[in-house]
Amino acid sequence: MSIDQSTAAKVAKLARIKVEDDALPALASEFNTILGFIEQLNEVDVEGVEPMVSVEPMRLKRREDVVTDGNQQDKVLANAPDAREGFFAVPKVVE
Amino acid sequence: MSDLNKLGLAEARDALRKGDVTSVELTESCLKAIDAADALNAFVHKTPEIALERAKAADARIKDGDAPSMCGLPIGIKDLFCTKGVPSQAASKILEGFKPEYESTVSQQLADAGAVMLGKLNMDEFAMGSSNETSIYGNAVSPWRRGNDDAQLTPGGSSGGSASAVSADLCLAATGTDTGGSIRQPAAFVGITGIKPTYGRCSRWGIVAFASSLDQAGPMTKNVRDAAIMLETMCGHDPKDSTSTELAVPNFEAMLTGDIKGKKIGIPKEYRMDGMSAEIEKLWTDGAAMLKDAGAEIVDISLPHTKYALPAYYVIAPAEASSNLARYDGVRYGRRATLAQGDGITEMYEKTRAEGFGHEVQRRVMIGTYVLSAGFYDAYYNRARRVRTLIKKDFEDVFAAGIDAILTPATPSASFGLGEMTEADPVQMYLNDVFTVTVNLAGLPGISVPAGLDKQGLPLGLQLIGRPWDEGDLLNTAYALENAAGFVAKPGKWW
Repeated sequence: MSIDQSTAAKVAKLARIKVEDDALPALASEFNTILGFIEQLNEVDVEGVEPMVSVEPMRLKRREDVVTDGNQQDKVLANAPDAREGFFAVPKVVE
Repeated sequence: MSDLNKLGLAEARDALRKGDVTSVELTESCLKAIDAADALNAFVHKTPEIALERAKAADARIKDGDAPSMCGLPIGIKDLFCTKGVPSQAASKILEGFKPEYESTVSQQLADAGAVMLGKLNMDEFAMGSSNETSIYGNAVSPWRRGNDDAQLTPGGSSGGSASAVSADLCLAATGTDTGGSIRQPAAFVGITGIKPTYGRCSRWGIVAFASSLDQAGPMTKNVRDAAIMLETMCGHDPKDSTSTELAVPNFEAMLTGDIKGKKIGIPKEYRMDGMSAEIEKLWTDGAAMLKDAGAEIVDISLPHTKYALPAYYVIAPAEASSNLARYDGVRYGRRATLAQGDGITEMYEKTRAEGFGHEVQRRVMIGTYVLSAGFYDAYYNRARRVRTLIKKDFEDVFAAGIDAILTPATPSASFGLGEMTEADPVQMYLNDVFTVTVNLAGLPGISVPAGLDKQGLPLGLQLIGRPWDEGDLLNTAYALENAAGFVAKPGKWW
């Protein structure tokens, strides 16, 4: 499996990371180095082996579906780059 | 008493209890050492006011009697831990200015026990790296040097600032986190002790997430006893972390007898890598001989899937990172890129993440995105998770056969020079974790103990791997190894 520049561009887009066109060849080449290393996994016979979900067999605990905290609007917004009138502010989303 | 910053946790605790010193004196000694060590770039956010306030409170508590072990002891906190009102940015530009409104469970437990936070410690960005060279704060520097050569060396990574600070006596101990070796490799590089407990021992709540199924916090200390003391305070069930386990935390220190007679120590043949240096080979053989002299039985074992641990890790860890780091979107916290006229929300995400994440983090997020993307999920991610099952089974098999602990080198080499790996491809850097990463994949406890110096005078460490939830027994074996190795070397002060 080899990654070309258009695949690298697609991955960058999926990851929401802006990559300039002139940086794509180097990025694709790094991906290929890492994926080449990962390809070793194909040597392993994994027939009938379950994919690990958790190192310790556990069932996630359940609790009552009730409100446990809240009323912390100021704290929630305290670190926002742009908060206005009690909301997170972002560029216009809907035309 | 002079040079109080050079004390370990146990010594300082005993001196505090006897009334020979106060926490304020200990703290002031560390603060002075920190201010004189800017060349190491270990402490990246200093918190002297918080430190002195907590030290005074600790002194009052000690005076009243029955203060816990950690009470009054000055420590450093890795920047990955959220600390209320104190910058916590995982050494990333994207979290510039972030001051959490809450405290991580582990740092809260330390604070509740009376430990004194001196400040935040340097690390690789989002804990991704093995040399502390991916930090927005710049490189942390090891206090060690190769003889008279003044080239700067790496303290390892990702907990490089923690390693440098403890080794240089800027604090009595420090917190670290370990996803693939980030406590044990830096501990080995600077001649200190570092333990990653069993997955689920320490709450992950409030620790900036890298790869959630692998991340664990642990202490980095000047000796094994100190590791036992600090680990006990860091551990415990936390309802806020659904993977934290409801198990009683033993008194680890009380389990340090040094008696390992009859213990079976496994030596895994797969860890004898091609091209392993003669020095590492000798260190390992010597370590086995020391444990044998202490009464343990040395057994050759096989962990057949060892070779596949690193490639499996470099699927699973980036996959989880790509998901965890999706939260850095420039909306809720941290830094947002300056937008051009007409930029929409997608441009905001893309520019913010391109500017805010460093090169290695971007690379891992994108690799993770790729292995999780439609059409590749089975071929990469599910295959890696199957291999992970096999790696864990390797360990289960040897433990079922009666092995108590496994002895391996901690790292494939001693510390290297900052910048020396810049031209290498990323996989070369990843090989640093070849002996440690298996332990994270299997969720086991692992400890790095300093065991000798190489011919350049740099520390080398041995790793012991224990049975799940049996940190007490593991610490005791490490204690026996420490006693036998008698490692006392310290870096000469140049900073």
